[in-house]
Amino acid sequence: MGINYFTPQYEVCRDPKKCIKCKVCMRQCANEVHSYDEELDMMVADDSKCVDCQRCVSLCPTRALRITKYQNEFKENANWTQQHITEIYKQANTGGVLLSSMGNPVPYPIYWDKLLINASQVTNPSIDPLREPMETRVQLGSKPQKLEFDEDGKLKTKIAPHLDLQVPIMFSAMSYGSISRNAHESLARAAEELGTYYNTGEGGLNEDFYQYGKNTIVQVASGRFGVHVGYLSAGAAIEIKMGQGAKPGIGGHLPGEKVGEDVSKTRMIPVGSDAISPAPHHDIYSIEDLRQLVFSLKEATAYTKPVIVKIAAVHNVAAIASGIARSGADIIAIDGYRGGTGAAPTRIRDNVGIPIELALASVDQRLRDEGIRNNVSLVVAGSIRNSGDIVKAIALGADAVYIGTSALIALGCHVCRSCHGGKCNWGIATQRPDLVKRLNPDIGYKRLINLVHAWDHEIKEMLGGMGINAIESLKGNRLMLRGIGLSQKELDILGVMHAGE
Amino acid sequence: MGCHLCEYYCAFAHSGKIDMVKAFSGDSKPQPRLTIEEGDSINFAVSCRHCETPLCVKSCITGAMQKDEDGRVFVDESRCVGCYTCILVCPYGSVIPGKEKAIKKCDLCIESGKPACAENCPNLAIVYEERG
Amino acid sequence: MLLKEGQVRIPSGCAISGMFSREGRRISGQDIVKSISVMHDRSNGLGGGFAGYGIYPEYKELYAFHVFFDSNEAREDAERFINRHFDVVNLSRIPTKKHPRITDAPLIWRYFVSPLHGKLEESQLEEKEYVARCVIKINTRIDGAYVFSSGKNMGVFKAVGFPEDVGEFYKLEEYEGYCWTAHGRYPTNTPGWWGGAHPFSLLDYTIVHNGEISSYDANRRFMEMFGYKCSLLTDTEVITYIFDYLNRRQGISLKDCASIIAAPFWSEIDKMPQDMKEKFTAIRNVYASLLITGPFSIILGYEGGMMALNDRLKLRSMVAAEKGDLVLVASEESAIRIIHPEVDRIWSPKGGEPVIATLSGGEI
Repeated sequence: MGINYFTPQYEVCRDPKKCIKCKVCMRQCANEVHSYDEELDMMVADDSKCVDCQRCVSLCPTRALRITKYQNEFKENANWTQQHITEIYKQANTGGVLLSSMGNPVPYPIYWDKLLINASQVTNPSIDPLREPMETRVQLGSKPQKLEFDEDGKLKTKIAPHLDLQVPIMFSAMSYGSISRNAHESLARAAEELGTYYNTGEGGLNEDFYQYGKNTIVQVASGRFGVHVGYLSAGAAIEIKMGQGAKPGIGGHLPGEKVGEDVSKTRMIPVGSDAISPAPHHDIYSIEDLRQLVFSLKEATAYTKPVIVKIAAVHNVAAIASGIARSGADIIAIDGYRGGTGAAPTRIRDNVGIPIELALASVDQRLRDEGIRNNVSLVVAGSIRNSGDIVKAIALGADAVYIGTSALIALGCHVCRSCHGGKCNWGIATQRPDLVKRLNPDIGYKRLINLVHAWDHEIKEMLGGMGINAIESLKGNRLMLRGIGLSQKELDILGVMHAGE
Repeated sequence: MGCHLCEYYCAFAHSGKIDMVKAFSGDSKPQPRLTIEEGDSINFAVSCRHCETPLCVKSCITGAMQKDEDGRVFVDESRCVGCYTCILVCPYGSVIPGKEKAIKKCDLCIESGKPACAENCPNLAIVYEERG
Repeated sequence: MLLKEGQVRIPSGCAISGMFSREGRRISGQDIVKSISVMHDRSNGLGGGFAGYGIYPEYKELYAFHVFFDSNEAREDAERFINRHFDVVNLSRIPTKKHPRITDAPLIWRYFVSPLHGKLEESQLEEKEYVARCVIKINTRIDGAYVFSSGKNMGVFKAVGFPEDVGEFYKLEEYEGYCWTAHGRYPTNTPGWWGGAHPFSLLDYTIVHNGEISSYDANRRFMEMFGYKCSLLTDTEVITYIFDYLNRRQGISLKDCASIIAAPFWSEIDKMPQDMKEKFTAIRNVYASLLITGPFSIILGYEGGMMALNDRLKLRSMVAAEKGDLVLVASEESAIRIIHPEVDRIWSPKGGEPVIATLSGGEI
C-alpha cells in the first residue's frame, strides 16, 4: 500500500566491542528485534519492532545494549508534534482506533508532586518507629453511627463485615487474561503474606487460586465474566466495577487470542472468543439500580462480605460518590485518570477523567459536608508511585490505596505501554506460555512483599516525623499537607494551605 | 526460559578472565560445562548431577574422574586421556568433549563456591542446593 | 499583624492542675491558684485560666454564661440574641480587681439563663443541645462576642496573663467549689486573645490541656460532620467537642471515651479475650477518626466529676494523688505537694489510663 510512513520510535544501540554474541537478546525478544547475521558474524537489530521494554538491556551479560529514542526528527512544530503526525499516519493506514496501555502518560500536572508533608519540631515530639509502636493497620467498611455497650461494658452494636489490612495498601484489580497466571499467583501469595488483598479483576478466579480466598477481592464487572455464587463466596469482599480510570465510560476487550483453555474456563466463555465487557452494566442505568446490585450481591453471600463500588474519577465524582455512599456499598474505590490498563483506546486514556488527587479531595469533603463520610471507606488508585503518594492520599482523606502499576513494576514491568500487544517480554501482560514462565512467582511474590514492606517502613517514618503513631490520625488530616506552586483554586479544592502559610 | 545465559556465565567462570568481554574475544571461545536442551515448551539445563554412584568415575580408565568427600564429581584434567568413556556412560549426557584432549564437566565452581549458572540465572530456574 | 486563635492554628505547651473533693466539700479557689502558680515557668504569660464546679449553688438550675465582649455594640447584639432564646434571670459584670499585669481586658459579663420554653419546643431539640447550638451560634456569628463558659453551677475564668495573676484578677478566693481545674499557657505565637486561653468549655464540659496533638485536623474534620464548628483551631476546643459528642450525645461512658481517644494498641488488642477484642476492634474501627495522637495531658471537668488522661505514649508529664476524699492531678508533683505536702498516695498514671473521680465516691 504505497509508502510506509512508519518510522521507528526507538533505536537499539549495541556496542560491538562489548557484544559477545551470546544471543540472549535475540532469544528473549518476543518482538523479534534482534537476530544474528551469520555472514557478518554479528548481532543485528530491526529498530522498528522495538517497544523499549528493556528486557534485552536487563539480560545482556556484558551491558552491550542501550535503547535510545530514534534520532530522526520531523520538522520542529510545537503543535504538530511527531507523535500527532505518526498517529495520523497509522490511522490513515489502518482505519482503526488507536490502542495503548498502562496509565495516561501525558504531562498533565501531578498533584502529589505539589504537596509537601509536615514534621514535628520542638512543640511536639516526633516519634521513633523503631522504639515506639507505630500502627498502619486499617479497617475498611461501613461504620455504624455509634457504638452501644451493655452494663458490663460489652459491645452491643453489630459491626458490618470489614476488611482488615495490615498495611494501607492493596493490589488493584487486574484480570487473569490481561495479566498472566504467574503474575496473579505472585499477587495472591504476596497479599496473603502481607495481610492485605489482591483483586481478581473482571476475569473470574482460577480454581487454583481459591486457596487465597481470604485475601482476595472478587470483581463483578459489566461482562460478568466468571461470576457465579462459588466465585462470590470465595473472596473476602466483592467489588462492583463501574469504571476504570484509564478508560472511563467504556468497557473492555480481551482479544480472542488471549482466551486459551485456562482463561476460557475461568471466564466461562468459549476458547478463542473475544471477551467484550459492555460500557455500562446493562442492569445499572442509574443509582437506584446500583443499590439493587449491591444488595443482590449481599443477599447472595448472606451479608458476610463488604461490597466495594469502583468508579473512575470523572468531573462530577463527588456527587456520584455521595450517591454510592447511600447505596449500601461499604467501600468506594476511586480510580484516577493515570490508572493503568491492559488495553484502552489512546484517545480515551489520554483525554478522559480527572486526577485522583483532586477527585479524592472533593469526594472526601463532600461526604463530610453531608455527614456520611463514616458510611463508607475510601480507597484510591490511579498512579500511586511511592510511599509519599500514599501518605499524601491518606492525609487528603483516603482510608487506603490500591496499587496496580507499582506492583507490576515490582514484578519487572518497565512501563513500555505495549500490554495490548500480548507479547510482554517480562511474562506479565501475556498469555504466551513461553513468556509467562519468565515470571517466576517464587521471585515475584517476594519482590512484591519487599516493596510493600519498604513502603510501610517509609510510611511509619513519615508518620513518626509528624508525631503521629496510628495511621487513622493521618486520615483526612490535611493540616499535615501544604501545597507548592498551586493556584488558590487548586488549594481550595485540595483543602490545603500553601507552603509558608 | 531458554535464554542460555547459564552457558555463557559457566564458560566465563572457567575462562580464568576477569572480564566477560575479554573472555569471549579472541579466537578460542571458552567452553561451558553445561548445555541447554530446548523443547517446545520446556527448556532444560543439562549439567552434572554429581550422582551418588557416578558411572563416569567407575568407568574412568585412568582414574582422572573422581568423587571427593563432599560428593562432588570432578575430573583431574592432567590425567584425562580423552577416551570419552565417561561421555558414553553418563546417563544424563552431562559430560562434554573438550576442545583439547580432556573432557569438560561441571565442577560446581569449586573456587568461588557458588556455581555461576545458578548465581546468574535470571529466573531461579537453576538452583544450587544440597540433597542428602 | 498577628492572627488570633481561629484565624491561625497556634500550638502551645502548658501546665495543668486539678483538684476534686469526692465528698463534695467546697474548696476555696485560693488553693488551685496556689497550685498552678508553682509551675510558673511552664507558662509564658500569654494565657491562664480556671474552671470551678459547684460555685453557683444559688443559681444551680440555670446555665451560667460567661461572655467576653470587644465592645458595647457586640454586647448589645449578643444580648438581643440571648433575650430571643433565653429567659435571663440575672446579669452582671463579673467582678474583677485591677491588676498591673492583666491589661487589655475586654468587657466580661455573666448571665444566668434558662431556655425559653416556646423556643425550645419549636426547635425540637433536647435542652442541652439547644443551649450548645445557641452558644456556638453566638461565638461564630456575632462579631466581638465570645461565650467562654456555659454550664450549670460552674464557671470558667480566664485571661491573658500568668495564671496566678488571672486568679487574683477574678478574685477566685471569693469562690468555693467541689472541683477546680487550672491552666497556664505557653503558646508559641499569639497576640494574646482572651478567648484563646484555657479552659475551653461547652456546657458543663471544660478541658485544660497540655500538649500539641498531631491528629488535630483528622479529629476536627470528623467532628465538623456533626454540627460542631471548630472556630478557634485549638486542640482544647476539638477535644471538648469530642467529649461532648461521645459522652453527652452518644451516651458513651467516660472510661470508654478514654479508650476511644487514647485507644489501646493493636498489639494489645490482639492479646485480649474474644469479647474485649471485639469491643476494642469496633472502637478503633468506628471511632478511628477520634483517636488522638501526639502528646497530651488533659483534665476534663464535668458536672459531678473530673477525668485526667494522658496520650497513649505518655508524651506529657502528669501526676495524680489522693489525700482523704481529695483527688489531685497536675503536670508536676510540686503543684500537688505545695497544697498537701503529705498525701495518702501519689502515682504517675500510665498513658491512656484515665483517672476518674466522681462525687458519689466513684472510681479512680
